Amino acid sequence: MSITFSNNIEALIFISLFLTIVPWAEKIFEYNGSAIVAMVGKNCFAIASDRRLGVQLQTVATDFQRIYKIHDKLYIGLAGLATDAQTLHQRLVFRHNLYQLREERNMKPETFASLVSAVLYEKRFGPYFCQPVIAGLGEKDEPFICTMDSIGAKELAKDFVVGGTASESLYGACESMYKPNMEPEELFETISQALLASVDRDCLSGWGGHVIVVTPTEVTERKLKGRMD
Amino acid sequence: MSKATVELPPKGGFNFDLCRRNDMLTKNGVHAPSFLKTGTTIVGLVFQDGVVLGADTRATEGPIVADKNCEKIHYMAPNIYCCGAGTAADTENVTDMISSQLLLHRYATGRESRVVTALTLLKTHLFGYQGHVSAALVLGGVDITGPHLHTIYPHGSTDTLPFATMGSGSLAAMAIFESKYREGLTFNLVYCAFVEIPQRDEGVKLVTEAICSGIFNDLGSGSNVDVCVITKGKVEYLRNHQKPNPRTYISSKGFSFLKGQTEVLSTKVTLLEKPQQEEGVDKMEE
Amino acid sequence: MGSRWSPYDNNGGTCVAIAGSDYCVIAADTRMSTGYSILTRDYSKICKLADKAVMASSGFQADVRALQKNLAAKHLAYQHQHNKQMSCPAMAHLLSNTLYYKRFFPYYSFNVLGGLDNEGKGCVFTYDAVGSYERVGYSTQGSGSSLIMPVLDNQLKSPSPLLLPAKDAVTPLSESDAVDLVKDVFASATERDIYTGDAVEIVVINAKGIRRESIDLRKD
Repeated sequence: MSITFSNNIEALIFISLFLTIVPWAEKIFEYNGSAIVAMVGKNCFAIASDRRLGVQLQTVATDFQRIYKIHDKLYIGLAGLATDAQTLHQRLVFRHNLYQLREERNMKPETFASLVSAVLYEKRFGPYFCQPVIAGLGEKDEPFICTMDSIGAKELAKDFVVGGTASESLYGACESMYKPNMEPEELFETISQALLASVDRDCLSGWGGHVIVVTPTEVTERKLKGRMD
Repeated sequence: MSKATVELPPKGGFNFDLCRRNDMLTKNGVHAPSFLKTGTTIVGLVFQDGVVLGADTRATEGPIVADKNCEKIHYMAPNIYCCGAGTAADTENVTDMISSQLLLHRYATGRESRVVTALTLLKTHLFGYQGHVSAALVLGGVDITGPHLHTIYPHGSTDTLPFATMGSGSLAAMAIFESKYREGLTFNLVYCAFVEIPQRDEGVKLVTEAICSGIFNDLGSGSNVDVCVITKGKVEYLRNHQKPNPRTYISSKGFSFLKGQTEVLSTKVTLLEKPQQEEGVDKMEE
Repeated sequence: MGSRWSPYDNNGGTCVAIAGSDYCVIAADTRMSTGYSILTRDYSKICKLADKAVMASSGFQADVRALQKNLAAKHLAYQHQHNKQMSCPAMAHLLSNTLYYKRFFPYYSFNVLGGLDNEGKGCVFTYDAVGSYERVGYSTQGSGSSLIMPVLDNQLKSPSPLLLPAKDAVTPLSESDAVDLVKDVFASATERDIYTGDAVEIVVINAKGIRRESIDLRKD
């Protein structure tokens, strides 16, 4: 195929089309906006998310829950399309309840991650628009974190995992700020600073944060103050 | 009376419930998210009495590295392993599914799995999905008939080769193989006596070099080298055989945050009860 | 639908600039790539425009080179006319005009300009491809910018430009601390951005003149 132009101006306009920024609304992950991060510390873990729920650029709610509790020592954050996140969460709770009834125990984080992966891959050709971030303490209280893409490709990490529209910023922030073997207090400060720094550079997430730090003996949930724009 | 439907865990196979909705969204100009890819260099070669498989450890999502140290050499059977490139979820699940089928087949026949069996199962699965399950594989193993190496393309076509590469770094790796792999390779033992065939250590070295070529020259591949050596009755999985890419600089001061630096609106502390360890009760099998 | 030929390519790369009270640090990695291939591992994205103005550019390197030559020619004419080097703020405005001149067929280059202003204070100017610019305390451009920006924000948080009376945007860090931070953010960006790597070239401008240094980054 060849393209001909009647004059120079037409050619220039044509070429400038290449630079036209594609309307950002075209990505489904950017419909509601989200930022989720999980980090491992010394015998503990932290999982954090932003609190904004938007419809494209309009903020709809500023106290939205993206992190769901599966049991005392297992949490899942669901980034992406909020409607799918809630549906997926309901299905995961249902599957976990069935497991509890049959086995009379809680799921190990590794097992739960495999479950989430299987539930997502089942819909390989019509996926839920969700990116899960899973964090939990195992049987011997060893921390476990993991993330997946929307069709359940598991990505296990020893340090930190991120998800959502602010994921690039979070990768940069965590890569610089993360240190191994942090105590719960330091872990909280680090994950909070990484989260707040990242969402401030993302239009679609923000409005404070929600941080959960889990140690073998206690769970500390904190709500963070952040920019309200 | 309304019919109460209880959604039970599915028995397997894909579910296409959301396809219609997602198509509608695509037609309205909303695009589905990109999936995790393994940009990847994966290779394999046959040496005198076995095969060597190799892979890099980078998983990418667009231009961003999603996983710096992922595993791309998947277990198929005790004597067969498989390197995967393409969409991460597909390579992972396809190898897992076929691995289960091979296990059932071993239970039924009581014999060691053959590489051709794995090959046929993989290619029929991939051909059935007409390339939509995007997994590009390098399959290697040693069975009763000797060492075997195959490549499988996403559409289900296969090759049988003495040395093979796949993934975005396949050209970089193949350049090494083509210049350094010695010719005249065959499984014919009489012929082998006359023509030199790489020994184990040489094979590992060549595979490592090919993977490193992919790691350094292809942006889709990176981080570490995984190697798997399969010989008759023995498998050596050399996870992170080489780590040629450590972080180059760590801030001398480091980032340290003071306690209380983050502004907190509310705090809720929940104490967790210590689970009572029941004595004398057998723990259930996993 | 066949894919149409595009006059542009993206050669990746990341640039960072930090302004201090009496210095300015400008840094960029030295990798040039296209698609999944590395074109060269040793390509300087940093260009000295005047004695006290240095520009780092990522984007399409053919356009970047054309832009650098264009600015060099204009700076030579300026020197003949005024018998002095152009100041950094003047160069900043010239760069803006040069970019906007090609508003409908832009230079596909993302620039940061750093140097010392007329009072000897560090200054950083950050641009978009068509010449919109702003004086800031620190900035980053290019493929790894979204990874680096939040870290700079966290470490160098500058006061709001809306504050009255206006506050200085320069960072409180010492020169050596700023260089250390730059090295760290590049090492971090290299871990996660495939288009950043090989080496980072750091240029420091202060009253004593211009100093260059470089450290290795990951090469994968």
